[in-house]
Amino acid sequence: MGDGEMGEKSDRKQAFLQVRNLTKMFGSFTALKDISLDVAEKEFICFLGPSGCGKTTFLRAIAGLDIQTAGTIKQAGKDISNLPPAERDFGIVFQSYALFPNLTVNRNVAYGLESAGEGKETISARVNELLELVGLADQGDKYPAQLSGGQQQRIALARALATSPGLLLLDEPLSALDARVRTHLRREIKTLQEDLGITTIMVTHDQEEALTMADKIVVMNHGTIEQVGTPLEIYREPATLFVADFVGEMNQIPAVLGTKGTVNINGISLQCNSFKGKKGSSGIVTIRPEDIVPIKKSAAAKTKNIMDVTISEMEFLGSFWRATLSSKKLGDTSLIADFSANAARRLSLVEGASIRIELPQDALRFYEDGA
Amino acid sequence: MKKLLLSLGLGATLMMAAAPATLAGELTVYTAVEAEDLKKYAAKFNEDHPDITIKWVRDSTGIVTAKLLAEKDNPQADVIWGLAGTSLLLMKSEGMLEAYAPAGLDKLDKKFVDSSNPPSWVGMDAWVAAVCFNTVEAAKIGLTQPKSWKDLLDPMYKGHVIMPNPNSSGTGFLDVSSWIQMFGEDDAWKFMDGLHANIARYTHSGSKPCKLAAAGEIPIGISFAFRGAKSKAKGAPIEIIVPEEGVGWEMEATAIVAGTDNLADAKTLVDWSVTKKANEMYNAGYAVVAYPGVAKPVEHFPANLLEKMIDNDFEAAANNRKKILTEWQKRYDGKSEPKG
Amino acid sequence: MADTSTLSAPRIKPKVGRDDRIMRAFILVIGLYLVVTLALPLYTMLSKSFNTYSFDLTRFEIQIDKGDGWGETITPQTLNEATGKYKPEDLKTSSDGRLSVVSMIEGFSFRAKTLYRLRNIEAGGAFLSGSERVTDSEWHEYTSNEFRRVVLKPVKATGLDNFVQYFSNPSLFNSIFNSLFIAITTTIITITLAFTFAYALARSRMRYKGLFRVIAMAPILVPSLLPGIALVYLFGRQGMLHDLMGDQSIYGPIGIIAGSVFFTFPHAMIIIQTALSISDARLFEASDVLGASKTKTFFTVTLPGARYGLISASFVVFNLVITDFGLPKVIGGQFNVLAVDIYKQVIGQQNFEMGAVVSVVLLIPALLAFSIDRIMQKKQVALLSSRSVPYEPKVNKRFDRIMFSYALLVGGLIVGTLAVCQYAALIKFWPYDLTLSLTNYDFDVMDGGGWGSFYNSIKLAIMVAIIGTVVVFTGAYMVEKAPGFGLGRGIFQFLAMLPMAIPGMVLGLAYIFFFNNPDNPFNFIYGTLAILVICTVTHFYTVSHLTALTALKQMDKEFESVSASLKQPFYKLFSRVTVPVCLPAILDISIYLFVNAMTTVSALIFIYSPDTTLASVAMLNMDDAGDIAPAAAMGMMIFYANSLARLIHHFASKGLYAKTQAWRKR
Repeated sequence: MGDGEMGEKSDRKQAFLQVRNLTKMFGSFTALKDISLDVAEKEFICFLGPSGCGKTTFLRAIAGLDIQTAGTIKQAGKDISNLPPAERDFGIVFQSYALFPNLTVNRNVAYGLESAGEGKETISARVNELLELVGLADQGDKYPAQLSGGQQQRIALARALATSPGLLLLDEPLSALDARVRTHLRREIKTLQEDLGITTIMVTHDQEEALTMADKIVVMNHGTIEQVGTPLEIYREPATLFVADFVGEMNQIPAVLGTKGTVNINGISLQCNSFKGKKGSSGIVTIRPEDIVPIKKSAAAKTKNIMDVTISEMEFLGSFWRATLSSKKLGDTSLIADFSANAARRLSLVEGASIRIELPQDALRFYEDGA
Repeated sequence: MKKLLLSLGLGATLMMAAAPATLAGELTVYTAVEAEDLKKYAAKFNEDHPDITIKWVRDSTGIVTAKLLAEKDNPQADVIWGLAGTSLLLMKSEGMLEAYAPAGLDKLDKKFVDSSNPPSWVGMDAWVAAVCFNTVEAAKIGLTQPKSWKDLLDPMYKGHVIMPNPNSSGTGFLDVSSWIQMFGEDDAWKFMDGLHANIARYTHSGSKPCKLAAAGEIPIGISFAFRGAKSKAKGAPIEIIVPEEGVGWEMEATAIVAGTDNLADAKTLVDWSVTKKANEMYNAGYAVVAYPGVAKPVEHFPANLLEKMIDNDFEAAANNRKKILTEWQKRYDGKSEPKG
Repeated sequence: MADTSTLSAPRIKPKVGRDDRIMRAFILVIGLYLVVTLALPLYTMLSKSFNTYSFDLTRFEIQIDKGDGWGETITPQTLNEATGKYKPEDLKTSSDGRLSVVSMIEGFSFRAKTLYRLRNIEAGGAFLSGSERVTDSEWHEYTSNEFRRVVLKPVKATGLDNFVQYFSNPSLFNSIFNSLFIAITTTIITITLAFTFAYALARSRMRYKGLFRVIAMAPILVPSLLPGIALVYLFGRQGMLHDLMGDQSIYGPIGIIAGSVFFTFPHAMIIIQTALSISDARLFEASDVLGASKTKTFFTVTLPGARYGLISASFVVFNLVITDFGLPKVIGGQFNVLAVDIYKQVIGQQNFEMGAVVSVVLLIPALLAFSIDRIMQKKQVALLSSRSVPYEPKVNKRFDRIMFSYALLVGGLIVGTLAVCQYAALIKFWPYDLTLSLTNYDFDVMDGGGWGSFYNSIKLAIMVAIIGTVVVFTGAYMVEKAPGFGLGRGIFQFLAMLPMAIPGMVLGLAYIFFFNNPDNPFNFIYGTLAILVICTVTHFYTVSHLTALTALKQMDKEFESVSASLKQPFYKLFSRVTVPVCLPAILDISIYLFVNAMTTVSALIFIYSPDTTLASVAMLNMDDAGDIAPAAAMGMMIFYANSLARLIHHFASKGLYAKTQAWRKR
């Protein structure tokens, strides 16, 4: 979709990080297949995908920790494709924090500063500044083991930022933390990144993390990029069925494509805006649960894309109801729909009720099989 | 670069641990002479030649011989002083010895000098086979004192005799080879068959049987007289028996190692080793020495030892060594379980 | 999507950074160290075992003059064919082989007036006239009487003859069965005893567990021949408990097995104890709840849980026993085992080739046991990583009393053995003069190098501990952390694992062959302390290496990445973080090397020199010369030195721990 377009645009602006035709093989296994990507300066990028999709391999290639088999990487106009990590310009934070256990917090943070020929005072001033930045100014004399997980991760962040690198790499930095700390740190990292204006790449398997933090998400699967886009684009306009399925909840209904965007589901004909493929090709129609609109049966005449269904299950989830909808026409496939509490009350949506729903044209997307 | 410095330091340590090559005025001397005598030997030699330092390499005959042979292509020794004549014959046949006629050679008993001219080695003294008999232990179990080798075949000695294994000990080989020379080949093997039935076990070292007898570990140890005399001097209740048929003997000898880079000092040492003074020194422990007329009776040594020494054919012994050892091994080694 | 099989861009050749270069250089250096100190000597030894010697009768020419002038020129081959004296197999021999010429001559008499001429067809062949060696190609003339003293020397070739000879000589190859018998019997006994002891420590609430643990480890601190000496004093003919032996002799398999059980006990105990302590308490609770009897729990939970430990311990014990040299030498009597055979061949008969053959034979069971153990170890690791709850034994008075009595018995035997040696060392002349005296400590008048050898051993042990620890730990770090360079690391890892399977005797013998070659650039270390240090470090490389690896594997994998991203060289990380964090393991390695350098005999018996006599070797030599009491005295000196080192290690660890490991405390 927008992928190629964007790439060209950034090319003209000279993207901060340019990745071209990156391939990484481990023996005969191909972990990354011919990947190209541009990252603009100050951008916060998330590599998102299931485990084994190649996102960490990609990050490690950018860091030079596992150099790619083929393909080039340019950072700030400089070809760094074959450079060892020490000759690149980045800071990195790992899931395990990788704090040196026998060094105090101060000395951990100062680790990268010591050989730069700086005086002791300059270093200690910089360390204090960094610790303040991550909100741990008073913890400098403690050992890592004396800090909580969240605190340790912030120290790791401070250490990575100490040398003011041009690129910050975060490898699943939050996955070892519990949910509340995680949400809190998410915001903190994002703010810090914006304040410092540092180009950042984060690897995560957590879509919520990606959607809330990233300027742009790179969805990966089986060593390839499925889609690059803003969180909204990824969510609203998934380029592939994989993205549609991986990010958020998605109903999938087998269908056959007709002409001009009509799709046929067991005789029900629906109109959809987004489709690819020839007439007669079979595929999947998707719609997000929250896009399914319950309507009054009386209003039917005016609207297109209508379907009659039975509510086979209702599950109360606080701010909304999650309904499972079935219909003879759908066969074994059932639909998940999220109805607001308001709508549920208004339309008396209860288990066992037969209702009519609208599947809005702009919310339906058709993906051809095998595409 | 701390790491690199560290490894350089280590390298240097290793280099220092590796000692430098022999210095002038220093001789590396391989020997099998008893440890307690070596200091005395060096001191006496230094009385006349204070400028030459001796670095001793001492070990049992087998080890010194093996060491010398292993180092054949790269000899570490300058002089061999006090090693079994049989071993020196072996080295000679490998071309490892520097032929040299020391000053004063003519004064020595011809039996003690290599027959080649110039000789490759010269003898110092003889150590003579003997039987150590612990009187206390024997009395406890009612053993009578044997007088001859053949006496040892008596069934009453069953399990009470120890001798060195000729495959690991020069003394053991000396015994076997002397029996073959005295009794003739067939009778000697018959004798050994009988003896084997009485042997408790064979030791790896030649002096051990006598020390074991001295310690009461066994009543009868076939060993050599010198060892027995020493133990007796220390108060062990043993008699040193010289069997009537005669006893085998072996000489200790001296030679220069071919290829020494300190030939001058080596010659000085060998010259001194045949002097009367040196022979008097050897006599402190050995009743028979190479310089005629020097030997005085040694305390605790049996009186009739000299007469009983057989006319030993060292060359035949050396030439038949492999055959004899293989035969011995086939007959007695490994097959038998140890007996009480 | 790109095709997986083709690359749309050219292959990237990663630039080798400075760290990589240094690390590779280190791997290379330490790898080369292992090649020079292990692979090449072993190769030299192996090739030695294929050096054969045989008489080539066609290399000489003879002329005979029976009073009517020189006859035609013939070779001894012709003579032999005529008389049929020697069959082809008789012509196979060893390097010192000699073949009488006259025995091939029909009707030879040394009194005959016949003259003989003999020559080597080519210069370089050899025969002896008397003891004179003749190697030129000139004719040499002899009378009959002289000619009977002429013997031919063999020529060297390469082939399997030595092995054929070995396996056709029952007195040689019987040792294989003897060695296996000793090793297997000892393994069964040791494992049973050690398992029960470890079980008492892990599953009972008996008292003085700490003390028992210390006592059980004591045999590690003495050379393997020390129990042999104790056994002589206990069960020899003059032994304190001689009557218990009945008609049996302690000199032989009984003695070897008893002594082997003593010195292998702690090795087995540690492994089994570890295996028992990782068993999951939840299984026992489950078994309890299900109402299973103690016996049933034992057979269904305890034994299966410890099975890898038991198997591993068995192979370790097997390997220790089959490769041990000191003990069978001291107390083996007539019972031949492989390790002693090597010594007999080399020292007793100077037959290096056959020594090499026996070495190769000894390598096989050792290698086999080692490989199986490695496979088991891998499985054991998998077991370790599962999260289990440590077992807390409950009070059971009767069971605790039985276990306590057992531990008391075993502990008593160990302490008793050492006490006997100490007592014997202080007796003036056992058994005739029982006054106490220190004459047996007057090592300077005994074989073996005197007190100097004791100080040499201390020096050696300290050097081995320091140099070995640095080499081993650095090597392990490089193998574990260096990026890429897969093949080099693979070879290195293999070489590091190999020493475990190489018997000390074999390594020592290989060292003579390899280092004492004037063409060898490392020849200069021969006869120095350096070669002893190197040999000892190599001999004990594997266990140290594994200890280092285990410690390193527990470090976060990403330290190196972080350090590199901060543009810090790896050696800064190494010295600031890796070494301090691994300090406990490093100290363990150094004490392991120290103790073993003090007690090892087999690896060094062939390569020590007069300046570098060693306590453990002196002990063997003194025993060999019949000075058993001084040998016991020296053995106890080694024990005290090792105990002191252990004690220092204990307090040093504690001190360092307090100082540098503060971060471990929360």
